[in-house]
Amino acid sequence: MKKQIFILMAAMALLLVSCGGGGSTTGKQKQITLSAAGATFPQPFYNLAFKKYNEAGGPLINYGGIGSGGGIKSLRDQIVDFAATDAYLSDAELAEMPGEVVHIPTCIGAVVIAYNLPGVTDLQLTPELLEGIFLGNIKKWNDPKILAANPGLAVPDMEITVVYRSDGSGTTYIFSDYMSKVSPAWKAQLGTGKALNWPAGIGAKGNPGVSGTISQSQGSIGYIGYEYAFAQKIPMAKVMNSAGLFIEPTLESFTAAAAAEMPADTRVMLTNSPNPAAYPITSFTWIIMYKELAYGKHSSEAAEAAVKTVKWLTGEEAQAIATSVHYAALPQNASLQAAELLRGITYQGLTVLR
Amino acid sequence: MSGDRVTKVLLFISSLTILLLSAGIVISLFGGALPAFREFGFRFITSSAWNPTAGSEEYGAMSFIAGTVITSILALIICIPMAFSTSLFIAEYYKGTRTSGILRSLVDLLAGIPSIVYGFWGFYALRPLLVATGLTDQGFGVFTASLVLAIMIVPYATSLSAEIISMVPAELKEAAYSLGATRREVIFSVVIPSARSGIIASFILALGRALGETMAVTMLIGNANVIPKGLFAPGNTMASVIANQFGEASGLKMSALIAIGLLLFMITALVNYLGKLIIKRFA
Repeated sequence: MKKQIFILMAAMALLLVSCGGGGSTTGKQKQITLSAAGATFPQPFYNLAFKKYNEAGGPLINYGGIGSGGGIKSLRDQIVDFAATDAYLSDAELAEMPGEVVHIPTCIGAVVIAYNLPGVTDLQLTPELLEGIFLGNIKKWNDPKILAANPGLAVPDMEITVVYRSDGSGTTYIFSDYMSKVSPAWKAQLGTGKALNWPAGIGAKGNPGVSGTISQSQGSIGYIGYEYAFAQKIPMAKVMNSAGLFIEPTLESFTAAAAAEMPADTRVMLTNSPNPAAYPITSFTWIIMYKELAYGKHSSEAAEAAVKTVKWLTGEEAQAIATSVHYAALPQNASLQAAELLRGITYQGLTVLR
Repeated sequence: MSGDRVTKVLLFISSLTILLLSAGIVISLFGGALPAFREFGFRFITSSAWNPTAGSEEYGAMSFIAGTVITSILALIICIPMAFSTSLFIAEYYKGTRTSGILRSLVDLLAGIPSIVYGFWGFYALRPLLVATGLTDQGFGVFTASLVLAIMIVPYATSLSAEIISMVPAELKEAAYSLGATRREVIFSVVIPSARSGIIASFILALGRALGETMAVTMLIGNANVIPKGLFAPGNTMASVIANQFGEASGLKMSALIAIGLLLFMITALVNYLGKLIIKRFA
């Protein structure tokens, strides 16, 4: 009988040992493993870029697309090497962090207004129309206000179905930040946030859920990340910018939004840019990490690998990857600023990038 | 120590673990839900407000309770005739035949299909059909979700009911036949009355499953955080709102979601308890 108990205990001990391993560097190989988590909006770019970086001899990076909020939480709990977010941290959020956090912009994403209207592919929308449609005040596609902004367009007599994000999301944050800037009614009724109290329409989960619902439902309209509309070939509306021009969503018109002056910590929303060539619903997406990387059991190797990875991400090679998956590259002033911020990151007080 | 003692201790430890785990789940749900209940009190259950915008945050569970209860009951109503007739067919009319065997495996197969696949089917196949009938504009809403839910719970109700119907003692049926009863009379005056409690319990357990179903519902119900205005209007359920929103939730909103989880846990527990009670009462 004793033998049986011994075998059982041995089995349990083995189980415990096999569960307990892990850590940021594995013993067998010298390859460094980094973990990162956060926004789903730039995930297609990060997945591809991290894979290529690893193939070129860089560290193995596990990126969990758990949403910006989850990423911020993971960074606060110090369980990731860096996190990604679509909305920069507020002063209150920064104060809650156990250490000073830096924001590194990695690319520019845009939120486009995608729609499914039989026979229509060149819809133009003004901020007033967006407000009316998404607040549920304009209910029909052939509303005179829509016709006035689209002279000569054969808009069918159909009900408008608004599709929004049912999950909390940076995409909703960017769209509502823009709408709050251009529409006082929107600001009063819905405000800015990752999830809103939508007065009309239906919700779908994630960018893929919204784009799938739009492409499957005639008469629908919604906001999604540009790369999703582009990949699924869903028509996107031209949106009137602050200069009164209807701007087509293109990588050039997104980068134009970021050409303006930036604060030193890069915490700025690019929406409703004053640049007449800019598409108005654009935003940086950021990597966030601690300024002092010696915390907990964080090794200096992991710290160095993390900073180098982010530096590479903002460099020319990775920016070309961003463009290939339909995110706009950082303009020069932003990438210079990112490099400057990365030079300020330390491990035990010493600059990591020398 | 004798082998018997060892077995006894091991069994005791593993069942105690399950007990501790469920207690732990309830305690952490309570703890997480506390801030929401403290902030909104009983109004959290009765209010249908759901406003996550910072500064004017307000959360109430009523829209989701309504969505969950309406879709589950509707699914049950649609499920009853399907499951009832299938179980009679399998366990009584064609009992022991090849047809019944095939049908039984098909029903079990339906039970094994993952929720997301039902959701896909509902989204790409069923929804366009409903739109084609002209009853609904986009096909998202309470009715579509209930219809898919009904199909999902039919296998559970069917195999349980069939099991119970086949357990009706042969002597009872033979006695009725010897008195000259027809097959239909035997079924309706002997088989069903003696299997009644089991059949009812199987439907209640199926209802319990419908209450917690998430993925397929999320894809079809429209995810509008309001009390549904009609059969074809969008709404949302408790499980679906949690699955949708917990990712980016924090603070009070996270607490409100956990509180919805706690309410769902209690509703499901209540339904299962009712099922057990009925089995005991009539068995």
